[in-house]
Amino acid sequence: MRITIDTGVCIGSGQCALTAPSVFTQDDDGFSALLPGREDGGGDPLVREAARACPVQAIEVTED
Amino acid sequence: MTGTIPFPQDRSCPYHPPTNYRPLRESGPLSHVSFYNGRKVWAVTGHAEARTLLVDPRLSSDRQNPAFPIPVERFEAVRRVRTPLIGVDDPEHNTQRRMLIPSFSVKRTAALRPQIQQIVDGLLDRMLEQGPPAELVSAFALPVPSMVICSLLGVPYADHEFFEDRSRRILRGGTAEESEQARRELEGYLADLMARKETDPGDGLLDELIAERLRAGTLQHQELVRLAMVLLVAGHETTANMISLGTFALLEHPDQLAQLRSDESLMPGAVEELLRFLSIADGMLRVATADIEIAGHTIRTGDGVVFSTSLINRDATAYPSPDELHVDRSARHHVAFGFGIHQCLGQNLARAELEIALRSLFRRVPDLRLAVPAAEIPFKPGETLQGMIELPLIW
Repeated sequence: MRITIDTGVCIGSGQCALTAPSVFTQDDDGFSALLPGREDGGGDPLVREAARACPVQAIEVTED
Repeated sequence: MTGTIPFPQDRSCPYHPPTNYRPLRESGPLSHVSFYNGRKVWAVTGHAEARTLLVDPRLSSDRQNPAFPIPVERFEAVRRVRTPLIGVDDPEHNTQRRMLIPSFSVKRTAALRPQIQQIVDGLLDRMLEQGPPAELVSAFALPVPSMVICSLLGVPYADHEFFEDRSRRILRGGTAEESEQARRELEGYLADLMARKETDPGDGLLDELIAERLRAGTLQHQELVRLAMVLLVAGHETTANMISLGTFALLEHPDQLAQLRSDESLMPGAVEELLRFLSIADGMLRVATADIEIAGHTIRTGDGVVFSTSLINRDATAYPSPDELHVDRSARHHVAFGFGIHQCLGQNLARAELEIALRSLFRRVPDLRLAVPAAEIPFKPGETLQGMIELPLIW
């Protein structure tokens, strides 16, 4: 799984970090970021839910 | 327009959508409603369609667009003022929002939890000392978010009676003139406060904006004052209504309340369900700046669009048995905070306040109940944020 975050679109709502906290976090500026070592989603089934929860569709999830 | 359903209408039960909206639910994801002046606008009630449209940049929030839909006559005055964040589009909106994002992140909000708990505990101590009975709106539901937002922004809570009163008048004044008068008075108060902060800074978000943005010239004085007003009003009126109406709804669903009390780990999910079920901000407005095809309809340039959050959040294709309150359901992806670039900036703060306020209230007062029959308790009319005007309780 590959996760791409468009930080230019991100509005820092934090919905990804709330939905899948084992994969997503917010950086010091409040924007979405992937936790180190979790760039592949770590097999967390909530990654797709997090992408769906994003209010600005800034998260793209693709299968390798 | 004959045959078109008027919008907004008063709820007949404080936590259910108006019964007269029923035809809107049955006539598909998009239909028409009419405003006070007879203007016909699109009403979006479908969950999938709402999520598609709310991220569409062709739907504008610019209230100064002459075609922007205004549902209630006394809100026409909002056209005269450029309202930061909620009343502008990108890129202006994006610049304003980015200044504020760090202060409302999940982490920063989590760090505020101990302080929120302290505020909640202090208010409950006083309520329990003085009662029963208690009037929950004035004793608890309003002071909790009001104290929290004051502390976050750096607004003196000592002035709360003034700004709470003016906020209520802005959102629910008598006439357009009274509403505009309240807006001007609150703007004047905040302009004075900003001027004082420039020489005598505090440690709130507004002080940070003065130090980092106003001094650097990337934010103008009037924009800062109006930004402060949006944050102050949105920061206390909304959550206050969620606390009062959430308490009322749980007391009216004793089986759900018992389940929540027996397993407090349900609380975060229960808050999402209450946000979905209550949909206190029912009617988000946009104007189309280009033709948009959706669900077999064409929204034309200049058409007004209203998103009925109460109906969108009760779309049966998104939520089974949508008219039932289930504290253990997954209410994920509701649009109570909106969706798209304007989704509520303070949503994580609101979640923290609601979780702490409701958990503490029901934990501290095990036999909390209504002091008078439910039907006698006044609640707000349809044209404003939904919630209880008063909530008399005993224990």
